[in-house]
Amino acid sequence: MRSRILLGVTTLLMLAALYMVFIYVPTEAETGVIQRIFYFHVPLAWVAFLAFLVVFVASIRYLWKRDKKWDFIASSSAEVGLVFTTLVLITGSIWARPTWGAWWVWDSRLTSSLVLWLIYLAYFIVRSYIGEEERRARFAAVVGVIGFIDVPIVALAITLWRTQHPGPVIFEGGLSGEMMATLMVAITAFTVLYFLLFTERVSIKKDEDEIRRLRASIGG
Amino acid sequence: MMEDNLGYLLAAFAVIWVGVLAYVLFLAQKQRQLRRDIDRLKGMIKKEGQS
Repeated sequence: MRSRILLGVTTLLMLAALYMVFIYVPTEAETGVIQRIFYFHVPLAWVAFLAFLVVFVASIRYLWKRDKKWDFIASSSAEVGLVFTTLVLITGSIWARPTWGAWWVWDSRLTSSLVLWLIYLAYFIVRSYIGEEERRARFAAVVGVIGFIDVPIVALAITLWRTQHPGPVIFEGGLSGEMMATLMVAITAFTVLYFLLFTERVSIKKDEDEIRRLRASIGG
Repeated sequence: MMEDNLGYLLAAFAVIWVGVLAYVLFLAQKQRQLRRDIDRLKGMIKKEGQS
């Protein structure tokens, strides 16, 4: 029931976001139509940060309580975060090509974002190499806690260092009312999408664990 | 130039939706696998109950 409500809300918000991005919001004068990638690129990055914050908190809870529920939450959120970070890197690269004339530049924002992606890829590599459940969850939780250090570095890279990436236009009043409204709707849509995917993934992990337990108890 | 950029814009949107859809399909496949496992377990429990 909760999933259906989330799915309905996500669909409505995504349709609203698409309408606003392609029809409602005016074309940015300097960079033209390509700037519209911004309205999905930024929300994807926001959701990735949120997902990794959930990994960080759940990993600390796991290390403290040793309750596998927190491992399910951390690993599910890491998975969704990794998917969204992948999309951030690809959409950023597509945006960079016509704007900067290059698919990729090794500036601080892009490099720290790639490092973030590699950290959470490593999170899953660690999980796949450790067979024993408790040990796997413990090692992954350590990566989940330490890995989060890169999130503020990515977020602050555009203010701490000189980069080719645009500055913090959202917080410096660089967006018109329509642009800000469009961005907010897109951020809300992607946040709800994150919660939909995340809750589904946690539910699958819990069911898989229950099946493993049942199978062990009947010797299957 | 503007039209060329429209191609990039559409490519970016295509990547986003293909990516999200691929992940949704991955979750759906996991759910199908779970349903099959549950049916198998139910069958095993039923057999144990009969014997």
